[in-house]
Amino acid sequence: MDAAIATKSLDKVYGKKDDRLVALDNINLSIKAGESIAIVGKSGSGKSTLMHILALLDEPTKGVVTVNGVDVSSLSEKQVDLLRNKSFGFVFQQFFLNGNETVLDNVILPLKIAKVGRRERHKRGLEVLKAVDLAEKANAKALNLSGGQKQRACIARALINNPNVIFADEPTGNLDSTTGGKIEELLFKLNREKKITLIIVTHDPDLAKQCDRQINIKDGHLAERKNS
Amino acid sequence: MKIIDLILSANASLLRNKGRTALTIIAIFIGATTLSLTNGIGDGIKAYLTKQVGNLGNSSTLTITATTAKTNFRSSSGLVKYVPGQKKISSQGGGPNDSEQVALTQSDINKIAKVPNITSVQPTLTVAPDYIATVANPYAKYQFILNQTVGISRLDVSSGVNVNNNSSQYQVTLPISYLSSLGYNTSSSALNQEVTIGISNALGAQSTFVATIVGVQQKNLVGSTAAYANTDLFNALYGFQTTGLPTSTIDTYASIQAVFNPNLTTAQINKLKSTLAGLGYTAETIKDQVSTVFTVINAITYVFDGFAGITLVAAAFGIVNTLFMSVQERTKEIGLMKALGMGRRKIFALFSIEAVLIGFWGSILGIIFANFLGKIVNNLATKGFLKDFPGLNLLSFPAKASTIIVVGIMLIAFLAGTLPARRASRKDPIDALRYE
Ligand SMILES: Nc1ncnc2c1ncn2[C@@H]1O[C@H](COP(=O)(O)OP(=O)(O)O)[C@@H](O)[C@H]1O
Ligand SMILES: [Mg+2]
Repeated sequence: MDAAIATKSLDKVYGKKDDRLVALDNINLSIKAGESIAIVGKSGSGKSTLMHILALLDEPTKGVVTVNGVDVSSLSEKQVDLLRNKSFGFVFQQFFLNGNETVLDNVILPLKIAKVGRRERHKRGLEVLKAVDLAEKANAKALNLSGGQKQRACIARALINNPNVIFADEPTGNLDSTTGGKIEELLFKLNREKKITLIIVTHDPDLAKQCDRQINIKDGHLAERKNS
Repeated sequence: MKIIDLILSANASLLRNKGRTALTIIAIFIGATTLSLTNGIGDGIKAYLTKQVGNLGNSSTLTITATTAKTNFRSSSGLVKYVPGQKKISSQGGGPNDSEQVALTQSDINKIAKVPNITSVQPTLTVAPDYIATVANPYAKYQFILNQTVGISRLDVSSGVNVNNNSSQYQVTLPISYLSSLGYNTSSSALNQEVTIGISNALGAQSTFVATIVGVQQKNLVGSTAAYANTDLFNALYGFQTTGLPTSTIDTYASIQAVFNPNLTTAQINKLKSTLAGLGYTAETIKDQVSTVFTVINAITYVFDGFAGITLVAAAFGIVNTLFMSVQERTKEIGLMKALGMGRRKIFALFSIEAVLIGFWGSILGIIFANFLGKIVNNLATKGFLKDFPGLNLLSFPAKASTIIVVGIMLIAFLAGTLPARRASRKDPIDALRYE
C-alpha cells in the first residue's frame, strides 16, 4: 500500500546568498494512513516548515512529496486546493476563528468553500460540534468562547469535511495543561475511532510520547526516534 | 464558494467596518447623485421637447423649400444667369449677406409628388385674417394669427379637442392666451362658442366667417401662439383672400409640405432627403429642426457629466484605499481560506464583489436621492416658474439611464477593486498563518 504522505530528498531553502538559510535538509519520510506522528524539535528547527510542505501549503525547494502515491508536483493548483479542502484538516496554535461570526459559521467554512448547500452545511456543522462537545455554543459568537472551546471549534472545523489527515501545529501551545490534555484526548480519539492520520507539531514531550512515532528535527535534519 | 456565499461574505466584511464603508459609499453616492441630476435635467428637457415636437408637425412630414445659396444671383465670376420661369418671393441685400428665396410652383409640387415614398404633397398656404371677435366681447376686434393643422400630428389641447379636418363645420382651436381678451374667464366657457373672423381680399372687400371653438391649446415652449383652423375653414378663408389675384400669383409658394410613408427607417428618410436635394430642394423633418436644440442640451449635459465623472474617479481611489485596508486586515482570514482550499480566483472574486457592492449601494442610494430631489424640484417648478408650461418636468429619470449609471459605477468600482483583489489573491497562506 502507498504511504498516505511520503517525502524523498526534501530540501527547503529560504533566501539567497548571504541570507541563505537551509530550513530543511534531505528529509525522507513515509507516513502510513491511520498513523499518529509527532514532529518534535527545538524552536526554529524547521517543524512548521516541514508540516506546511506535507500539508501542501508550501512547496519544497527540491525533492518530492507524494500523497497516496501521487507526486503532488504533477497536480494543478486547483487539484491541490481540492485535495486540501476534501482530505486535510488543520488545527493551529492560533485559532483563526472569525470572532464576529457564530461558532457554527466558523466551523462550516470548509464546506462553504466546497460549495456545499446551506442545509447540509448546517446539519454537518451541528454534528461535528456535537462530536467535540460544543453543540450548545453553535450560535454563540466565536469571540465569546474560552481558549479550550475555541480550539475545540477549530477541531470541529478540521473534522467537518471528514478528512483523511489532520495537521495540528502546536495545538495545545496556547492552552493550560488541563485544557490542553482534553484537546489531546479528543485528537487521539479521532485518530483511533475514525482512523484519521494525525500529524502533530509540538515541543511538548508528553504529547509527543502519546503518538505512534516521533520525528525529531534538528536544524533541518531528520533524527527519527520510535516510541516503544 | 458559491456566488451567493461570496456576496454574503463580502457584505459581512463591509458591515464589519461600517464607518469606513459608509465614507467610501458617500463618495460614490455624491458622484451618482450628480450624474443622475445632470442627466435628469437633460432628459427632462429633451422629453418635454420631444412631446412638443408633436405640436409643430407630424414626424412623417417634410417641409420642402427651394435650395438657395446666400448669394444666389452673384458668383465669384460675376452675376448668375437668369433661368426662365424662376420666380423669387423675396430678396434682401445690404447686410453682410445678400439673400433671396426662390418660389415654388405647381410644377414643383408635381415633381415632388413623383418621388418614391412621398404619399401626398401640399403647398404651405397662409391666410392673413384681419381680426377675430366673439359674442362674449362684442365690441372688440383683435388681431391674431391663424394656421392650418396640415402636417401637425396633434396639438397640446388642454380642454376640448383638436379641430377635425374632415368636418364641414368651420372649427378653430385658440391658444389659452387669447381667452381673456375675447371675454372668456375659463377654457371651458369658451368651448363650443362662436368666433367671427374678418378677412379682406385683393380687391379691398372685407368678409366675415363664423367658426366654432372646439378646443383650447395650452401654453408651451416651442410652437407659436397661433390659432388653428380646420381644412374647410382654412380653404374658405384662402379662397376669399385670393379672389381677384392673377393665377400666376396664387401659384407661388414659399414652402411645400410633403407627407412620406411613416414606416420609413432613418436611413430611408435620409435617402429621400438626398433624392430631394438632388432635385434642388431642401427637405427637413421637424426633428431636424429641433435637433440643433438637442445637440446643445446634450453638450451641456456632457460637460456636467464630466464633472460628475471626476467625482467618481476620486471615489474610485476611495474604493482602492478601503479595499487595501480590508485586504490588510483580513490577511489571516485570507490565509485560512486559502489553506482550506479556496482558489485564487475565488479570493479575487471575494474582494471584487466587495468593491462592486460599494459601487452598487453608492449608486443606488445616489439615484434614489436624486429622484427624491427631482420630485421636490419638479413640484416647486411646476408651481413656480414653470407654472405656465404644464407637462414640463424639469427633471426626469428614465429607468434606462438610471440602470446605465448603476452598471457604469459598478464597473468603475470593479476596476478600482482589481488592484487590492489581486493583492489578496496572491497572498501566501503560510505568510498569513505563521506566527512569531
Ligand atoms: N518565510 C521565511 N523566510 C525566511 N526564513 C524563514 C521563513 N519561514 C521560516 N523561516 C526560518 O526557517 C527556520 C524554520 O522555521 P520553522 O519551521 O517555523 O521552525 P519551527 O516551527 O520548528 O519553530 C527558522 O530559522 C525560520 O526563521
Ligand atoms: Mg513552528
